[in-house]
Amino acid sequence: MKRTIFGNRLLPWFLLAPQLAVTAVFFLWPAGQAVWQSFLRQDAFGFSTTFVGFANYGALFADPFYRNALQVTAVFAVTVAALALGVALILAVAVDRMIRAAPAYTTLIVWPYAVAPAIAGILWWFMFNPTIGILAYGLKQWGYRWDHLLDAGDAMMLVVIAAAWKQVSYNFLFFVAGLQSIPASMREAAAIDGAGPVKRFFTITLPLLTPTTFFLLVVNVVYAMFDTFPVIDATTEGGPVQATTVLVYKVYMDGFVGLNLGSSAAQSVVLMGIVIFLTVMQFRYVERRVNY
Amino acid sequence: MVENRPVLDFLAHLVLALGVALVAFPVWIAFVASTHAPTRFLTGLVPLLPGDNLVETYRTMLTAGISTSGAPPVAGMLWNSLVMAVLIATGKIAISLTSAFAIVYFRFPLRQLAFWLIFITLMLPVEVRILPTFEVVAGLGMLNSYAGLTVPLIASATATFLFRQVFLTIPDELTEAARIDGAGPMKFFRDIMIPLSRTNIAALFVILFIYGWNQYLWPLLITTDDGYYTIVAGIKRMAEAAESDPKWNYIMATAMMAMLPPVLVVLAMQRLFVKGLVETEK
Amino acid sequence: MAAIEIDSVVKTYAGGVTAVRGVSVTIPDGAFAVLVGPSGCGKSTILRMVAGLEAITAGEVRIGGRRVNELDPADRDIAMVFQNYALYPHMSVRDNLSYGLRNRRVARDEIARRVAAAADTLQIGALLDRKPRALSGGQRQRVAMGRAIVREPAAFLFDEPLSNLDAKLRVQMRAEIRQLQRRLGTTSIYVTHDQQEAMTMADTLIVLNGGRIEQVGAPLGVYRHPATTFVAAFIGSPPMNLLSARVEGGRVLLEGAEILAVAGLADGPVTVGIRPEDLAPGASAPDPAVAFELAVDYVEELGNGRLVHGRHAGQEMTVAVAADVALGDRLALAAGRDRLHLFDSASGRRLAA
Repeated sequence: MKRTIFGNRLLPWFLLAPQLAVTAVFFLWPAGQAVWQSFLRQDAFGFSTTFVGFANYGALFADPFYRNALQVTAVFAVTVAALALGVALILAVAVDRMIRAAPAYTTLIVWPYAVAPAIAGILWWFMFNPTIGILAYGLKQWGYRWDHLLDAGDAMMLVVIAAAWKQVSYNFLFFVAGLQSIPASMREAAAIDGAGPVKRFFTITLPLLTPTTFFLLVVNVVYAMFDTFPVIDATTEGGPVQATTVLVYKVYMDGFVGLNLGSSAAQSVVLMGIVIFLTVMQFRYVERRVNY
Repeated sequence: MVENRPVLDFLAHLVLALGVALVAFPVWIAFVASTHAPTRFLTGLVPLLPGDNLVETYRTMLTAGISTSGAPPVAGMLWNSLVMAVLIATGKIAISLTSAFAIVYFRFPLRQLAFWLIFITLMLPVEVRILPTFEVVAGLGMLNSYAGLTVPLIASATATFLFRQVFLTIPDELTEAARIDGAGPMKFFRDIMIPLSRTNIAALFVILFIYGWNQYLWPLLITTDDGYYTIVAGIKRMAEAAESDPKWNYIMATAMMAMLPPVLVVLAMQRLFVKGLVETEK
Repeated sequence: MAAIEIDSVVKTYAGGVTAVRGVSVTIPDGAFAVLVGPSGCGKSTILRMVAGLEAITAGEVRIGGRRVNELDPADRDIAMVFQNYALYPHMSVRDNLSYGLRNRRVARDEIARRVAAAADTLQIGALLDRKPRALSGGQRQRVAMGRAIVREPAAFLFDEPLSNLDAKLRVQMRAEIRQLQRRLGTTSIYVTHDQQEAMTMADTLIVLNGGRIEQVGAPLGVYRHPATTFVAAFIGSPPMNLLSARVEGGRVLLEGAEILAVAGLADGPVTVGIRPEDLAPGASAPDPAVAFELAVDYVEELGNGRLVHGRHAGQEMTVAVAADVALGDRLALAAGRDRLHLFDSASGRRLAA
């Protein structure tokens, strides 16, 4: 709280006006529209609209494709988070051992943060291309016929790897910061207590890293659920047979391609609920993080 | 380190070398592909070393594009991406600075409400409200325009909170000294607050530039005129055509050019980038 | 040049806390007044009300005869030096000095003249192009002073400006500030919690406690004739000894022994004050009004003397003595009649003695 404030009445509203205007026109109004439309159903020609209550939601959860999308999203988010966190943690622990080489390694690892998810998708899509891709070629030598155009598992692998690849740099930076904030004296005390490097990692470092890990877990799940749309759209386009259609991709497909407004709106509202839950998780957690 | 373990040190270097390779490999492959002639990709063996077609490929893409794939010249798309990234970063910073200033330095009715309205934007990513937002923008006649590409994205709770934190750490005495020195609110904002926030502004600019440059879904939706294509969204349209008529060298050259500017920004301003990244998550 | 009149000023915060409970004092033109008191006594609040940084709940502040209650700080013709200096960190020393003048649209050559003059006075000419973070604590203090004097205001307001300096520099800056103020003749209010700083600097000492004025006067007058037990204990280091005594039939009795005969005092409890340096070893004091033996508990060695802590009839006392004293000694002490202070036990007010 500031002790010194300015007395003007109108000026703060002028200062807030641009932000509030953009928020109202492009955030609140569309969100309100989505909620309202989720209770409506249009006929096939768009001539009449009827209020149907929760019928769109009922239909949604009865729809096997939507239930599939829920499942795909869960699998995708958990796998991306686990892969991106695991690789980043290993790299961060390795860098934490370095003294002089650490900045150089850090530079060489962080830059993919700047690569657009869509581009990350294209890069891996090219390498896994069944006819020309180097990784598909390599797998063929091992006797595996990779084809993400036909095989659901291959398609999921492709988008998971592309999405995780981009996120490693972000997690790495936060893990390094987390490791550096662990006082050296704690590890030294453990060493004097006779704990070797591996035991120290699991009994001292990892538990003390829990706050960072939990924070990153939430961030990674949010990333996987909402920011990976371009990865999927640029590579598998949700296929084959909706094997990589996550919730966000389905909203887009049903709204823009299928033009099923009521269902798309209902899906939007469900997604809003998920974001709100994740944001609250993140903030409640951040509150605690500030305090120690 | 607590004790000297050469084996562990070696292992750490090995892990990091693998990590660096893992991170760099896809980009290397893309680069190699962009330096070969299109015919090179007809056989099953993919090249691992650069070819001699680099200049031709990049020049073609920059100036002509591939008309058969509906890809305009990359130079134009790069320009659109630059405009979009700069406008989004500048716009977000500008309106967040003024909002944070209003919230921290004034007491007015409904202040809490204003704060919460801004906070709500965190919970409504564009992917969630995509269709109604598109309708609003279409209704305002903002399709195929720079305004349409940027204005709907410039509300920023994150930036507002960041500046709020920065302002809260500025000592009250500085404000008081400025008042005694005869500075009104806007003069104080311009002469004291903005200069004092400039490293935070720079750090945030790096993050938001990358954010703006890497936008995908939004430009894809609201641009149908290829004069407004951004490079990240434009590459998807090329890749679609590539399924039937693979022009891998051109696609990968475009991908290289799409990632080069933001990657250079990160490498050149690594310190600011890290600061921005860590601060926006506070 | 202007006198500052503070007239029945009250400050109540929005939460209902009253920090200043009706303070009236006039600081004559050109005087250096020091507001001193413990933390929470309202001294900074009073200064900030004079500056215009806090709204005045009731009462009136006049600078040069003009009511300033409703004026913005910038329009009150005052300059302020803050505890943390509040230098603009992104501006050079020169820009820090000239910022207020530029905001007032003072002509450019006039600004240059005043900045040069101030820099010359404060010997900071070589620092003008530096940023505040490249300055030492003492240099920052000087720049903060410079920012005040370039304005050529009617009054200087100092809010504990030396608290952030180390002890040696603090003593040096006290002298510099006083010399500068005498030379410029600008009316000044100076806030501090350090009674020694207040004593050494003030023309007029204003002792505050709990949002009220305890005493106003010249430093030596306040020291010699503290108006209340609070002032007696607050001004002077080590503090005055305050002993419980009784009045019976016009005689003041300390532990049954008569120490003073005072006419016109009602029977009942009374507080007797004696400064540690006013207690001398027994025989040497002329006309001793009080004499007793002190059991020595603890000796604080100061080099040029020593402070002896002990008890007499259960009451703790401190005495400053020159002679060597050993733990467990019994020290014979006496004090002259004119060195005794009498206070009402209930109200703490000084009694005519």
